[in-house]
Amino acid sequence: MSFLIGEEMTGGYGGADILHSCTIGVERGEIAVIVGPNGAGKSTAMKAVFGMLPLREGRIVLDGRDITALSPQERVLAGMGFVPQSNNVFRALTVEENLEMGAFIRRDDPRETMEQVYTLFPILKEKRRQPAGELSGGQRQQVAVGRALMTKPQVLMLDEPTAGVSPIVMDELFDKILDIAATGIAILLVEQNAAQALAIAHRAYVLVQGRNRYTDTGEALLADPEVRRSFLGG
Amino acid sequence: MKRPPAYILFSLMGLALLAVGWFQSWTLALAILNLSLISAIMALGVNMQWGYAGLFNAGVMGFAALGGAAAIFVAMPPVPGALAAGGTGLLAAGLSAAVAIALAIYVHRNLRAPWRAPAMILVVVLGYFMMRWFADPATTRIEAVNPTVAGYLGGLGLPVLFSWVAGALLAAAAAWLIGKVALGLRSDYLAIATLGIAEIILAVLKNEAWLTRGVKNVTGIPRPVPFEIELQRSPWFLDLTATLGLNPVQFSATFVALLYTLLFGAVLIVLLILAERALNSPWGRMMRAIRDNRDASAAMGKDVKRRHLQIFVIGSAVIGIAGAMLVTLDGQFTPGTYIPLRFTFLIWVMVILGGSGNNMGSVLGAFVIWFVWIQAEPAGQWLMQTITANVPMDAAMRNHLIASAPHLRLLVMGAILLFVLRFSPQGLLPERRAQSPRDAKAKEVPT
Amino acid sequence: MEGFLNAFVALSNFVLIPGLAYGAQLALGALGVTLVYAVLRFSNFAHGDMMAFGTMATILATWVLQSAGIGFGPLPTALIALPFGVAIAVALALGTDRVVYRFYRKTKAVPVTFVIVSVGVMFIYNAVVRLFIGVDDRRFEDGERFIIRAGDFREWTGLAEGLALRTSQVLTVVIAFVAMAALFWFLQRTRTGKAMRAYSDNEDLALLSGIDPARVVLITWALAASLATLAGVLYGLYKSFSPFNYFQLLLPIFASAIVGGIGNPIGAVIGGFVVAFSEVGITYAYRRVLSHILPDAWMPDGLVQLLSTDYKFAVSFFILVVVLLVRPTGILRGRVI
Repeated sequence: MSFLIGEEMTGGYGGADILHSCTIGVERGEIAVIVGPNGAGKSTAMKAVFGMLPLREGRIVLDGRDITALSPQERVLAGMGFVPQSNNVFRALTVEENLEMGAFIRRDDPRETMEQVYTLFPILKEKRRQPAGELSGGQRQQVAVGRALMTKPQVLMLDEPTAGVSPIVMDELFDKILDIAATGIAILLVEQNAAQALAIAHRAYVLVQGRNRYTDTGEALLADPEVRRSFLGG
Repeated sequence: MKRPPAYILFSLMGLALLAVGWFQSWTLALAILNLSLISAIMALGVNMQWGYAGLFNAGVMGFAALGGAAAIFVAMPPVPGALAAGGTGLLAAGLSAAVAIALAIYVHRNLRAPWRAPAMILVVVLGYFMMRWFADPATTRIEAVNPTVAGYLGGLGLPVLFSWVAGALLAAAAAWLIGKVALGLRSDYLAIATLGIAEIILAVLKNEAWLTRGVKNVTGIPRPVPFEIELQRSPWFLDLTATLGLNPVQFSATFVALLYTLLFGAVLIVLLILAERALNSPWGRMMRAIRDNRDASAAMGKDVKRRHLQIFVIGSAVIGIAGAMLVTLDGQFTPGTYIPLRFTFLIWVMVILGGSGNNMGSVLGAFVIWFVWIQAEPAGQWLMQTITANVPMDAAMRNHLIASAPHLRLLVMGAILLFVLRFSPQGLLPERRAQSPRDAKAKEVPT
Repeated sequence: MEGFLNAFVALSNFVLIPGLAYGAQLALGALGVTLVYAVLRFSNFAHGDMMAFGTMATILATWVLQSAGIGFGPLPTALIALPFGVAIAVALALGTDRVVYRFYRKTKAVPVTFVIVSVGVMFIYNAVVRLFIGVDDRRFEDGERFIIRAGDFREWTGLAEGLALRTSQVLTVVIAFVAMAALFWFLQRTRTGKAMRAYSDNEDLALLSGIDPARVVLITWALAASLATLAGVLYGLYKSFSPFNYFQLLLPIFASAIVGGIGNPIGAVIGGFVVAFSEVGITYAYRRVLSHILPDAWMPDGLVQLLSTDYKFAVSFFILVVVLLVRPTGILRGRVI
């Protein structure tokens, strides 16, 4: 049984279902990647795991506990961290204030965690008194991830973190994600850049039209000629 | 609860007015009716801007005042000697202002930062001082011509009904200028901007005595209907009253009021017809499409800004007509009476209550709200008298309560607005979705 | 030399000090408006009448205190009554939010709906104030009116021009400064203040972070009502109180908030002073000041007044329109959605 699993998820935002019996899971310290063509429901599947999509069928289990009925805020309290794709920082607040807000629900002193985030993202320490809106795209993404880490989550979910950043920044971000996984946090990642994402994935899910199409290790999927032809351009 | 159809609501309103006439006085009933008609036209103008295009015009007062000022400019006789005293000075002032503005626009178009801003400021400041250099002595001279009775330029001395058209044109011109500047703004910014511009307009009308006599007011504005005194002296009228068995003195007032009713009613009906036709035309549908989804319309190539400007100008012109009519009815132009509460915000309550987007609704709303506004005062007095008579209290409290009766109507207006917005946001007569020709054709297909 | 000193004293007396006091009052008012705009995302047309309401409550409490023989020495008794007025105003604001505005937040109404609703609220506040205290001008300043009298100043300095420093002017600047400092400390240094700024910046992310929107709204209204009452009482002590005056103040207050950059508290303060000094400076007749500097031969005819004082309010509007034309986000780049 995975540490976090969304089982047989079926649901949508109103009329038609977007997800059909979709299953996504991830282990502690592992990186699970969700890839697929546009409109496949990748972000939707992640949002369903986070509780932002009403599910008709299926359930979400975290560390043996059924959390299907919990609201997103409650899931944050239960140990999930979520980094939205866009609008994921407080632009008017400084980097340090962003991190403070990330730790808002915590009752204890967040400074130790903040130091850990600064160790992980040294550039944030350098710019910690600058408004987040003044940073470059890649740096803002680091702030967004750092913000989510402030609750000391057991699972970190990232929705297309490399959208709109340059290749160098993308590599850097993926390195950071590996570092975070190394600390024992389970990472769930939705990515558009399939090839690079699969390269770091312990487990990969290829979704097509809201259904699981291929599930395997990243390495195996990268090597699979059918997957390469359909989704990776040969 | 199903809404009663329009004609029932209008009939109820008519009955209420008849009741006023029967139980209180016919003069009062007709006064309420005439002012309701004027308010209805203002509400119509506001509804065009809000209901058709979603524009929040909080400057109704300014356009109404401009319409009223037009009544002076067109209908009052020119003051002899005034133009001679200050005409050339004013002309020079106007030219300086025009040159300054043209120069400022030229600078704005052809210079780049960092020279552009300081250059524009310099041009504007210099232009302002030049204008004042010419205007100040000219206006002082104009105001010195016969100050007790005149002290201003006067008007063109044309028949007063022309002033209604002039009121529309003046308000439309102002709206065009204001619209060019303000219409790109978000709705509540537009509201604040129009509120402020109305204050500026009113400040000018109040203080430029050479133009409008300022706080001395302009009285004796010509009217399109006979004076009561004239009626009482004309034989055909005396015959009429004798046949009907009425008192000629009383009936002359009623007769005059009825004539105004006919005039105002005619204008309202014409405007309503035009407004309804516009609403149901392709142009009207396009306006509402823009209102409901601005971005999509812009993406489809509709020039949103131009359309908004159109409707803003047209709506303001309608308000201007009403403003001119009001001044004609009063026979005087009193800038001090233009207060935002009474003009801008009361009209807004009328439109919201009546049903924004629905022209007949605005008319109905105008009648209802004006009726409540007028009757709330005696009703409040009655309420306070009853309370103070039946509940034991000291004299100070009693006086205070009775003195506070007039303010109750503000409370009633606020309560009406909040209730309608909360529980019945569509108003009394909801907006009708006009049928497109395709829908109409579809209905023709036999099943 | 003496001419320049005299000119400076006259300028201070008629322009600089009044501008400072008026600017502080506008700044406090604009802060309330800008907070509501930043968090609740609409322009509150009822703010002027909320100022009137808080001031009215303070005045009534002041009368009670005065009739009980309680005074505050040289300072106005109204200062003691102020906490009471603030409490009433806060209760009113919270009550209004619960009964009126909350519904529209739940139904996610567009901003312009909130504005129209605030017009309805404005009617009611206005009516209630008039019902309780009437429409007449009320003066409620007591204690020592002047810290420095013009006559005394002339004696001490031997100058021709006198400087009058009123208690209310000093109070206004001091209290406003303290209030603003406290507000900024709250917003920048406390957890709740930062949460408010976060909520104003990015509502969805704030909710995701576990920030309680109900609490943020509550604090916003409490702050806005407190600032409004403070501004209203200081203005009333300085000039006088009447319901109509306070509606008129709404316009320069909006102008200040927008000029400074709406949604930005520092901008509100800057905007307040810009508008105040412009209003006072543009409508002042400089003849008196110039008469001390220029030789008689060079003195211009007329009052040397840019615009007559009748145009005072029009000035703040004109500034507003210019700002909206040239730089709609205001001086400090507030939000323009």
